[in-house]
This record gives sequence, structure tokens and C-alpha cells, in this order.
Amino acid sequence: MSVKVSQLVKTYGEQRAVNGITFEARKGEVLGFLGPNGAGKTTTMKIVTGYLPPSEGSAAVCDFDVTKQTMEARACVGYLPEHNPLYKEMYVREYLEFAAGLHRIVSPKKRIDAMIEWTGLGSHQHKHIGELSKGYRQRVGLAQAMLHDPAVLILDEPTSGLDPNQIVEIRQLIRDLGREKTVVFSTHILAEVEALCDRAIIINKGQLVADAPIETLKQQFAGQSILTVEFAETVNPIQLRELKYVRKVENLGKNRWQLTIPAQQDIRADVFAFAVAQKLTLLELRKDTFSVEEVFQQLTKN
Amino acid sequence: MFAIFKKEINTFFAAPIGYIAIGAFLLLMGLFVWFFPDSSLLEGEYAHLDTLFLMAPTIFMFLIPAVTMRSLAEEKQSGTIELLVTRPISDWQIVGGKFWACLTLVVFALLPTVLYYITVYQLGAPKGNLDSGGILGAYIGLLFLAAAFVAVGIFASSVTNNQITAFILAASLCFFLYLAFDLLSRLPIFYGRSDDIVQAFGIQHHYESMSRGVLDTRDLVYFISIIALFLAATSLSLQRRKW
Repeated sequence: MSVKVSQLVKTYGEQRAVNGITFEARKGEVLGFLGPNGAGKTTTMKIVTGYLPPSEGSAAVCDFDVTKQTMEARACVGYLPEHNPLYKEMYVREYLEFAAGLHRIVSPKKRIDAMIEWTGLGSHQHKHIGELSKGYRQRVGLAQAMLHDPAVLILDEPTSGLDPNQIVEIRQLIRDLGREKTVVFSTHILAEVEALCDRAIIINKGQLVADAPIETLKQQFAGQSILTVEFAETVNPIQLRELKYVRKVENLGKNRWQLTIPAQQDIRADVFAFAVAQKLTLLELRKDTFSVEEVFQQLTKN
Repeated sequence: MFAIFKKEINTFFAAPIGYIAIGAFLLLMGLFVWFFPDSSLLEGEYAHLDTLFLMAPTIFMFLIPAVTMRSLAEEKQSGTIELLVTRPISDWQIVGGKFWACLTLVVFALLPTVLYYITVYQLGAPKGNLDSGGILGAYIGLLFLAAAFVAVGIFASSVTNNQITAFILAASLCFFLYLAFDLLSRLPIFYGRSDDIVQAFGIQHHYESMSRGVLDTRDLVYFISIIALFLAATSLSLQRRKW
């Protein structure tokens, strides 16, 4: 197993940033790590890379425990932290040489050339990192993460703050990586997960709320519709629950109700008949189908 | 460790900081040794280098914190520390690389003062009439003093991500370690009874003993302990994220 996290807990004082997360990533898998800001994505990644120790539970990379066999685990991870920290006063090539030295790469020149070519940094390799645009800095970040040919790549929000063209380019690089490496990357852009990942993990408030292939997630949630109903009179929710196909009933305030139903079913006529039978005045009746965005919102709603 | 050492040295000389540090040291030293009438060698009657060894600790007290202040504080500020400590290298290697790089820069600043020795050697009457052994001992003492200040400076840089804070903290610590114990020993509760013990905690006491050209193992042990203590504290401070 390339990445194995079990029952991970991280507490900062009273606050539980990560609360019992368990997941695995197999070799050659691209795993999307989704969640709203502050859900615990970055903390989890910092633990997997060995920057922070877990409060409880364990994390292992390439079967090396990150706290017990730190050096071995670190050697097989490439890491692109959030905000991609770089030495702005260094030249691109100089920085990669430095990173190669830290990993004790035997013939660094060949490897650095290969990385520069792969990321398309050729014409920028003799520039100061500080002079580069954000998109090119992100390439430098990916080049250093890949330099020692790690089995696992941990990328924390690799596309945040980039313009749409740069996002497409960086995504292409991540897609290339996914062919041979295990890639775990975090994002809050759902389209990105759809475009890149085999599987997605959604976390919220430090807890795992979903861990499934993208298709399954979409079917599970995108297969639902929401019916918004408003009556002039009070209604007993149990009666609404008894309507055919209704999976869930939620109150949206006073006499407004939200009914969750399978996408392929349309029960608007039944609701109308129900209102007539109960002598209720129907004020609103609307049907919406879930988008992927709403799946995410549903799962991470407070 | 060598990769970090090399990167630090490159950074010193890619940015003006390395040249400014060396230039400032040599300018101040030159003024004190050759120009200011109160301390100038040329005004005196003896061939010696006492001014150099008397003034160097004071200059180092400000210069070394200026050299070391960015070493870890900047990495913490920019977040590059996160990449550094997740590489397959130990915290000791990071601290060691930074320590040797800063010390090397200080040695580069000190090296041209050998010219002073050669000059004074030539000026002596008769030629070469000066205490060469004493001067060698004093250089060794100065080197250990510089190493201790560098260790203090790197420690100060590791506890904050603000370079100015690191500088002020390092300069105060250097001042305290160098002079304060000597001054404290004059307090009535120590004076005449345990003042020698209090003095022995300070750098000045050991530095002056080495400046006389006496290489005493007690002084060496003292300096090495101070250096090891502050480097260990630095390493501990890097581990602080794990608490």
C-alpha cells in the first residue's frame, strides 16, 4: 500500500483538526482530497509527509511508518506544500541542484535536465525563482517534488491561485504523474477531482464523510433530486415522509419543506394530489437535480 | 549537510549580505587598529595586536547576529522550512550546515587581518619583535568566540520567524554571555567570595585567558559546551512544531 492512514487524530490544544481519518491509496492511483477550507486536508498531508506527528493513530508511506521510520518514509515522498514555498533569490537550476543534494542523488545533472524538460522550464532555468510567474513557480515546485523519483506525491492545492490556462497545464502534469506514481492531492475545485482522480476522499471538520470512486459518488448523489414545497398551513412531516419515493424530509423554515427523491422519479403530481386531499394550499413546488457541486455541499454542510 | 552549507554560502555571496558583513568588519577593525588615535597601533610604542583582539568581540556581538539572523527565521517566514525538514536529512544536518556556513563567513572576515600581523611584524624594532605565540592563541580564542556567537545567533534565528527579532535576541544573548557574568561578579553578594566562579560562566573570562596565548583545556571545554548547548537548543526549537 503506497499510502496508508489509519485512525489519524491531530489535536491543537482543545481543537481536533483531524478526527479519526482512515484511508489508503494504492500504487498508481490518483486520489483527490476534497473538503472545505479548514477541514483538515493540509494537516493530514503534513502528517503524511512527516512534518507534524499525529496525536493518535498512524500514517505510513510505502509501508514505512512516518514516525518510526522517518527517513525511509521521507525518501519515498515528493511534497508540494500549500502556497509552494521557494527560495526566491535562487536560480531555478541552482534550487534543483540544492534539492538533489539533499536527496543525495548520484548523477543529479541528468535528472535535473529531465525534470526541467518535463515541466517545460527550459527557457527559465537560469532565472531567479522570484522572477517567475505563479504558474512557472508551481512547475518548479512540481520539479523539486519529482526530482528524486518518489513513489508517492503529496500535492497540497497544486492549482490554487493559478489562472485557467495555468490550471490546465498543471493538471496535465499531474495526469502524467498519475500513470506511474501514487498521487494524493487536495483541492476544493470539484471539476478538478472529476478531471484527474480515480477516487475521491471528502473530509469535513476533520472527519471522513466519503471515500469512493468518483463515479460512485456521482451516482449516489447526483442520482438525487430535491423537491422544494411550501404550504400555507402546517403539515406533519411524517405525512410527507409517507409520500412515494421520498427518502428524506427536511424543514427549510416555517412551512417550507425539502424532499429528497431519486432523480428519475417525478412526484410533483403526487404532492399536488396530497395537498388537495389534505385540503392544503400549495404555495411553491420546485424540482432541482443535484450537481457535483451540490454533492460536495451536501456532504460538507454544517 | 554539505548541500545546506553550500546553499548558505552561495546565498551569502549572491546577495550583498556576505560582502557587507566582511566589509563592515574590516572597515571598523581597520579604523580601530590603524586610524583612531586612542587605539591606533601607530600611535603606540609597542608592536602588538591587542586592539584587534580587544575590539573584535564587540564588533562580532553585532556583526554575527546580522549574519545569522536570516538563517532559520527566513526559512520559517517563507515556509521553505517545511520542505527542508521533510527531506531525508536530520535536523542536526540542517543546523550543522547553517552553523558551518555562518562560521565560514566569519572566518572569511577574519582572514584578511592576518595582514595586520604581517605589517606589525615588519614594523617591529627589531623586526619580528612581537609575541607570535600569543597572537596565534588569541586567534584561536577569537575563532571559538565567533563559533559560540554563531551558535547563539542560529538559536535566536530558530525561535522566531522575524529577522529583526532574531537579531535583537542574538545580540542581547551575545552581550549577556560575553560581559554580563563579569559585571555580575562585582555584585556585593559575589564579590570577594564567589566572583571567580560567576566570572567563569561568561565568555569574556575564557576568551581573555586564551588571548594571553594560554590554551587551557578548561577554556576549550567551555567554548565547545556553549556551542553544543546552543546548537542542541536550536535542534530542539526546530522540533517544537511536534509538541
